[in-house]
Amino acid sequence: MLGSIQTNWFSNIRGDLLAGIVVALALIPEAIAFSIIAGVDPKVGLYASFCIAVVIAFVGGRPGMISAATGAMALLMVTLVKEHGLEYLLAATLLTGVLQIIAGYLKLGALMRFVSRSVVTGFVNALAILIFMAQMPELFHDAASWHIYPLTAAGLGIIYLFPLIPVVGRILPSPLICIVVLTGVAMYLNIDGVRTVGDMGQLPDTLPIFLWPDVPLNLETLMIILPYSTALAVVGLLESMMTATIVDDLTDTTSDRHRECKGQGIANIGSGLLGGMAGCAMIGQSIINIKSGGRTRLSTLTAGVFLLILVLVLDKWLVQIPMAALVAVMIMVSIGTFSWDSIKNLKEHPLSTNIVMVVVVVVVVSTHNLAFGVLAGVLLAALFFANKVGHYMLVSAKYDEETETRTYTVVGQVFFSSSEKFIESFDFKEAVENVVIDVSRAHFWDITAVAALDKVVVKFRREGAEVEVLGLNEASATIVDRFGVHDKPDAVERLMAH
Amino acid sequence: MTIDKQDIKAQGPLNVVACIDASESALGVCDYAAWASQRMQVPLTLLHALDEEKYPARTDMTGSIGLGSREQLQEDLVNLDRERSKLALKHGHHLLDEAEKRVLASGVGSVTKRQRHNNLANSLVDLEPESRLFVLGLQGESSTAVGRHIGSQLETVIRSVHRPVLLVPDEFSAPRSAMLAFDGSSTAFRSIELLAGTPVFKGLPLHLVMVGADTEEHRSQLKRAEAALAPQGMQVQVAIRDGDVEQTLHAYQEEHNIDVLIMGAYGHSRIRQFLVGSTTTRMLETAKKPLVILR
Repeated sequence: MLGSIQTNWFSNIRGDLLAGIVVALALIPEAIAFSIIAGVDPKVGLYASFCIAVVIAFVGGRPGMISAATGAMALLMVTLVKEHGLEYLLAATLLTGVLQIIAGYLKLGALMRFVSRSVVTGFVNALAILIFMAQMPELFHDAASWHIYPLTAAGLGIIYLFPLIPVVGRILPSPLICIVVLTGVAMYLNIDGVRTVGDMGQLPDTLPIFLWPDVPLNLETLMIILPYSTALAVVGLLESMMTATIVDDLTDTTSDRHRECKGQGIANIGSGLLGGMAGCAMIGQSIINIKSGGRTRLSTLTAGVFLLILVLVLDKWLVQIPMAALVAVMIMVSIGTFSWDSIKNLKEHPLSTNIVMVVVVVVVVSTHNLAFGVLAGVLLAALFFANKVGHYMLVSAKYDEETETRTYTVVGQVFFSSSEKFIESFDFKEAVENVVIDVSRAHFWDITAVAALDKVVVKFRREGAEVEVLGLNEASATIVDRFGVHDKPDAVERLMAH
Repeated sequence: MTIDKQDIKAQGPLNVVACIDASESALGVCDYAAWASQRMQVPLTLLHALDEEKYPARTDMTGSIGLGSREQLQEDLVNLDRERSKLALKHGHHLLDEAEKRVLASGVGSVTKRQRHNNLANSLVDLEPESRLFVLGLQGESSTAVGRHIGSQLETVIRSVHRPVLLVPDEFSAPRSAMLAFDGSSTAFRSIELLAGTPVFKGLPLHLVMVGADTEEHRSQLKRAEAALAPQGMQVQVAIRDGDVEQTLHAYQEEHNIDVLIMGAYGHSRIRQFLVGSTTTRMLETAKKPLVILR
């Protein structure tokens, strides 16, 4: 926060400007491709990318992160656009922004701590697979001419081989070269049946203008857009928070999550009002930005502004870009987004972690909704954790002949997952006069645990034993929901001590 | 300031923190910090802030991401940062060792050396709970001799910290007199309280200078201030001068050959300061003698 203007904007001017330009060049094909996924004109994605990048540069909480129209969001809009049209998409975008701002004020970004590493990996992999799959219709649709295959292959060849050329390869972005070369080839050969960006819909010809979505303002409209907006808001925030974590790791700095949530909301409202679709942070583009030397808000702003300038200046040429070039770039993006290490790590990581990761991928790929995948992953991870912690419970028994007393000492965590095991640890069939249950070194985490203890006591009484429970107060202190580890400095000590 | 006193009680002796960098001013900072720490009879901390943001990022313009790009990039950046940090750490160690020798030679009893990975302002904010006075050079590492010659981070520092800041020139000469720029505001009276509570200027002539019209109200304010300081063993002189704040203060300082100028900082919001400038900033730019900024 300190010296913020200098640090956040002008501490790395050269690197930021160059990186912003590289990112803008990479954003154009993506914005067009994602518009096509969502089923809207390319200009909707381009205006959105411009607007979101520019707004988030000022109001975002993670300097150096790139936000724009994204695949994850585009995939959620498909049916809305198909059934109700563009105007409803714009209205949904506005509502998404409002929901995200509310989430920001409610500090829901803090919920990200429940999203484990394996869920994030699953999210990233699922996103990569979705982007890849979204390219398939272009390759295999009915009217596809065979030309698209050699062109796409050539495009991928350029993207991955061009950087190997000495000197030139390190200066010019290879995806740009791919697009330029393929556009040149397609125009020169003038092949029939090669689809171009121009065939996919309108491109921007003016600066974006302020537009209020042309939808009736009634409850019916709200009910149509609310499910979409909720999904968009959740996925947008999830991807933004995850991207922020990645950028944090790369740059060894921290971000302001709540500000980022609100910022995403403001950016989406801006996008909706200027005729753009909803967007969020982009993992691939943010990595490109950092790799190209971008660090501050200036890089994000440059990317947005330069994108619009390029689009307006180059509109005659953009329509000529063959879809094959876009497909090649998007395949590169999906390959770059996929976490290949996670495949390697499958062997080393514990099975439960792998299951979580794979479940996230499977759920997302089958529902095309990243939110469902993350929800499934988080729930599963929580269950696995509960199961693991449930093992940390031990009941030992001791018999004292003189007093005819059987003493059970309970150590560890008693809660819903371990309560059954807890009950089974007692020998009710043993005929004893007195039973002492010492729970002073156990933790009773929930009502299930208390009920289990009650059950044990009742069972012993039915067998005619006198039951005494020791240390229940200490053990049940953990049930109180706000048992304040955070507000009492010695709480952790006390928790571990008894 | 009552809060200050409570802090002192709660945390034991608070340190004088001297901010060392590679510029010429480090020598002056050492000497003045040693002087202040001896007068206040508190330990001295030498601080070197490793400001990583200054380092330019490496550039790769290919704009493509392939297999394992993120992992590769992460590794590259970590290695790059590690090399830089190691060098910077070593360099900082060397600076701190030199500084330690210098202050020990001038008779300071207890010296602590610290390095922090943060920019100067944030480092000082982190150290605030254990500090009583920050000593900084007027000419920082990244400023040049021409134009605005205050260290580029001074303004941020002054705005961020809530402890007094002593800004010093490159050459040391033991202060023999001090003056307080007094404007009769409640902030100014808090400054008076603060001065009354510190032994730094005890026994030195202290001039209370007010810039403005010679009115009855101003006189009575000065009287009140004088009354607050006199019992603390300070030789107080008061004066009221009319004219431009900066010029008048400078003129008075030269006229009476005063060594240290004490003033409050940045009363206005940052936006207002951007529009109209502030006396403090202008005083910073033109100062040739030590300056104490009170918060």
